[in-house]
Amino acid sequence: MSTSKVGSRWTAPLRHLGQAGLFLLTAIAHMRLTRLQLAETLRQVYFAGVRSLVIIVTGGFFVGLVLTLQTYDTLTRFGAGDAASTVLALSLFRELGPVLTTLLFAGRAGTSITAEIGLMRATEQLDALDLMAIDPLERIVQPRLIAGIIAVPALTLIFNVCAIFGGVVFAVFLMGNDAVTFWGNMQASVELWRDFAHGMWKALAFGFLAGWLSVYFGWTARPTGEGVALATTQTVIATAISVLMLDFVLSAFML
Amino acid sequence: MKSSHQIELTAGIFLLLAIAALVFLALQATDRGVASGDGYRIEASFINVGGLKPRAKVALGGVTIGQVESISLDPESFEALVVMRIAAQFDDLPEDSSASILTSGILGDQFVGIEPGGSPEPLVDGDRLMLTNSALQLEQLISRYLFNSEEEE
Repeated sequence: MSTSKVGSRWTAPLRHLGQAGLFLLTAIAHMRLTRLQLAETLRQVYFAGVRSLVIIVTGGFFVGLVLTLQTYDTLTRFGAGDAASTVLALSLFRELGPVLTTLLFAGRAGTSITAEIGLMRATEQLDALDLMAIDPLERIVQPRLIAGIIAVPALTLIFNVCAIFGGVVFAVFLMGNDAVTFWGNMQASVELWRDFAHGMWKALAFGFLAGWLSVYFGWTARPTGEGVALATTQTVIATAISVLMLDFVLSAFML
Repeated sequence: MKSSHQIELTAGIFLLLAIAALVFLALQATDRGVASGDGYRIEASFINVGGLKPRAKVALGGVTIGQVESISLDPESFEALVVMRIAAQFDDLPEDSSASILTSGILGDQFVGIEPGGSPEPLVDGDRLMLTNSALQLEQLISRYLFNSEEEE
């Protein structure tokens, strides 16, 4: 007991990080671009992206609705209710869109990627692929990794559209604000390259992170039912925490 | 279980949806956005537009009837030239209407307020409003007040 055990307890996160980094490098080294790979990637975009649509669309709509409700309520006290659309668009494009989409994505798609790969490990399907001289890093990991990079920005865009629609529903349809003012204020203060593009860069980085962590925890899951359950939990925790931390770092760099 | 063909088709539609969302957001919600194109243009020159910005609303009696399209400086008169686009349904505004730059609330944005005149002739595309009131400037108001009170003493 001892020092080595105490040591291993404290160094475990670092070791995990190193292991995840090495895993990523190996996966990138094993990348290949073939027609088969592209078709498989597209199939994974379907599983990760299309199947997350319902939660993204509903989530986005209600986030936009409640965000506009709260900002409108506060801003009208200062006679600046017209600025609600500006607040909505800026907070969505710069922060909420990418972050919330990735959190929802990790819960909906990231966990299922982890569980799928973990179960493949548990049922020795990965070893079977190896035996057939099919590289599982190339056939299983690569398409899911790339699918995350494609799906998260795409879902972020859809999330933003739904949230703005929620804002329109509240401010224009429910509160009777003027649609021209709503869009005009938004257009006057949201810069395409500064606000919108920065948010999309974030979404790209988050998609990469979410895909990477999902495949990593699936790949290293202990091949038991309990191990797979633990791995899916870890995917959500690790993605949520690292996305929030990366968000701060990226925001600090971009502002 | 869906067939591979169906899955790829759905994934393609999904990506198309995302591209449509990108185009919509870029054109409707950012500064590269296009102002709605219907209606007719009128212009008015002001000595001072204050903090008026393009895309600010143009209102008549508090009801929005259009949007400011551009603000530029007239090189001859050195006045600010404001081009406004008025929605097509308000095509019977009298020709001698006047425009002033107003502020919504204390902290609110500035907008152009139109005051209808009495002429039977309506405004048409490209017309210029002759009667304009510039934006109120707090600094000028204060200095005028100070100046006047000094005189009275």
